[in-house]
Amino acid sequence: MLKIVVCVKQVPDTAAQVVVENGQVSWGDAPLVINPWDEFAVEAALQMAQEHGGTVTALSLGKEGETEALKHALAMGCKEAVLVSDPALASLDNVAAARVLAAAIQNIGDVDVVFFGRQAVDSDTGMLPAQVARVLGWPALTQSASVTVLDDGGVQVERDLGEGRQQVTAPLPAVISVTKDIGEPRYPSFMGIRKAARAQIPVWGLAELGLEAPAVVVSWPELMNPPKREVTTEMIEGDSPQEIAEKLADKLLAEKVL
Amino acid sequence: MAKNIWVYIDHFKGQAVPASWEAVGVARTLAAELGGGVTAVVFGDGVESLARQAIQFGADDAVLAEDASLADYRAEPYAALLTSLAQEHSPQVVLFPTTARCRDLAAVAAVDLNTGVLVDVTALEVAGGKIVATRPIYAGKLLAKVTCAAEPVLITLRGRAFPKPEADEARSGDIVRVEPVLGEDEIAVKVTGYSEGEGGVSLTDAAVIVSGGRGVSNNPNLQPPDGLSEEEQEIWRAQQGFKLVGELAAILGGAVGASRAAVDAGYIPYAHQVGQTGKVVSPDLYIACGISGAIQHLAGMRTSKVIVAINKDPEAPIFKLARFGVVGDLFDILPPLTEALKERLGK
Ligand SMILES: Cc1cc2nc3c(=O)[nH]c(=O)nc-3n(C[C@H](O)[C@H](O)[C@H](O)COP(=O)(O)OP(=O)(O)OC[C@H]3O[C@@H](n4cnc5c(N)ncnc54)[C@H](O)[C@@H]3O)c2cc1C
Ligand SMILES: Nc1ncnc2c1ncn2[C@@H]1O[C@H](COP(=O)(O)O)[C@@H](O)[C@H]1O
Repeated sequence: MLKIVVCVKQVPDTAAQVVVENGQVSWGDAPLVINPWDEFAVEAALQMAQEHGGTVTALSLGKEGETEALKHALAMGCKEAVLVSDPALASLDNVAAARVLAAAIQNIGDVDVVFFGRQAVDSDTGMLPAQVARVLGWPALTQSASVTVLDDGGVQVERDLGEGRQQVTAPLPAVISVTKDIGEPRYPSFMGIRKAARAQIPVWGLAELGLEAPAVVVSWPELMNPPKREVTTEMIEGDSPQEIAEKLADKLLAEKVL
Repeated sequence: MAKNIWVYIDHFKGQAVPASWEAVGVARTLAAELGGGVTAVVFGDGVESLARQAIQFGADDAVLAEDASLADYRAEPYAALLTSLAQEHSPQVVLFPTTARCRDLAAVAAVDLNTGVLVDVTALEVAGGKIVATRPIYAGKLLAKVTCAAEPVLITLRGRAFPKPEADEARSGDIVRVEPVLGEDEIAVKVTGYSEGEGGVSLTDAAVIVSGGRGVSNNPNLQPPDGLSEEEQEIWRAQQGFKLVGELAAILGGAVGASRAAVDAGYIPYAHQVGQTGKVVSPDLYIACGISGAIQHLAGMRTSKVIVAINKDPEAPIFKLARFGVVGDLFDILPPLTEALKERLGK
């Protein structure tokens, strides 16, 4: 039986217009959802549990009540969910968050594999998987497009490095972050949604983890709306596609971008 | 040797990623503002020429580790070596290009060195002796200023956000060789193989990107071969559309991008996806063909210098961001556009 953990984050929907108002990030009334990358991580975790026997626990670090991502993971089929939340963890940097998540994984105990999404779509850092692995002292297999459990108890993954794919093997326990190529995330089932709606999700604070608030060194002194894109759109018209194409070609050369 | 500002030279099989040289340029600027000098850090096997090139691009000297165990990037041996060098020499700053490898390496080094990483930075300033970085968050919907109170400050720099310096072949500097700190038997992760990606220009480095969306399959006049299912017919049509997109990209020396709708429909692999859950790109020229301009797509390309939209629907939101717009069918417009540019560029 494999003991699998999947780390998921609650983020504003990607369709949200995100703006800074009075120095704070605001996404209006856009819904909060599971980080889209993490749906792939949950899918990978559930696939591994189904194929090789095992249980999946979803783990999220967030503020009080930030359980959207966990509920989605439960609805997809995860067996349990844990929220790590503590007022002393209100603003963390990556390394600090990694130390807290690693402590939670140790607290779950006897974990074989931890799945992560590629990156959080709010902070856009993509650092946590490798950092959690480092704190735990486990191998980090980041950006994996496919995962296979080997007969000797290790795993083989294909890592997408941009220029090509690197096939690597590692012993368990290990941390794996996945890309979209892992396969389409399943839709939550009706039963899953009911189970998620009723679930009492345990909350672990620093006391439960036996941890002191880790040091935070990265700070965000200022948030800004990006400069407005000043464009005057010029519509290119003509009597035939040829004429339009000729005009557009001249315009592009005049812009000196070719 | 070993100055206060370090630049890690990322490479793929001995070929430096262009953003590594941009990072050397940034390191020079930082050295001018903070005082001190620039050391390039090069790990690999048979990569001495990269150390020399780094010096030509502006580093004062280089630290070079060459070993079979470093032939392919792996977090364990690379991070162990970088960390031990940084502990020995206490640099103020280590710069990296933002690549999949460097996100990994900087992340792990930050844990080992008890410091932080400023990720995917697009601007840097020095204020009162402190480095203040600017980075896009929420896929560029917002910008954040970030600082790191511990040293070394680890910074990954977004490709194409900083100018590439000119190489000066007359520049020389010391190259100091160091040994790896982990033996192969101490490394748990083993590389067992490689499959090359598709050739062609990488999206994030490309100066020109021509992208196709769901519209690339929309040409009822094209007659697919017999015996295809409906889905196969659609993909066949999309391939004809992407062929036109690819021909234009090829003439311009550019890369092919895609919307998520095109990727999800199976028209083109995910590696081409531009947007919030694809690649964030910033080319000089971005030509969107049959793409409506959903907010998640715009998030990935809104900082392109010049945007061109070709779309049948005059109301498509993509036109709001475009410098030039053509309301029309991409199947009609792309072939003569490719011809016209071919002629003008003398190709
Ligand atoms: C969590 C999440 C993440 C997402 N991430 C991304 C992302 O990273 N990148 C991304 O692109 N999207 C992303 N999306 C999807 C996004 O919301 C849109 O669905 C998608 O961008 C639409 O792609 P499209 O413009 O190709 O298709 P459509 O919106 O269907 O637009 C097709 C366009 O083609 C035009 N057209 C049709 N035929 C022709 C023709 N013959 N000639 C010219 N024009 C024609 C039509 O007028 C239309 O404007 C994401 C969505 C979600 C929920
Ligand atoms: N607060 C969090 N709680 C649990 N998992 C997280 C959290 N933040 C990020 N992750 C995981 O780490 C991955 C990478 O996030 P990041 O490094 O923040 O970009 C995400 O896809 C999640 O799987």
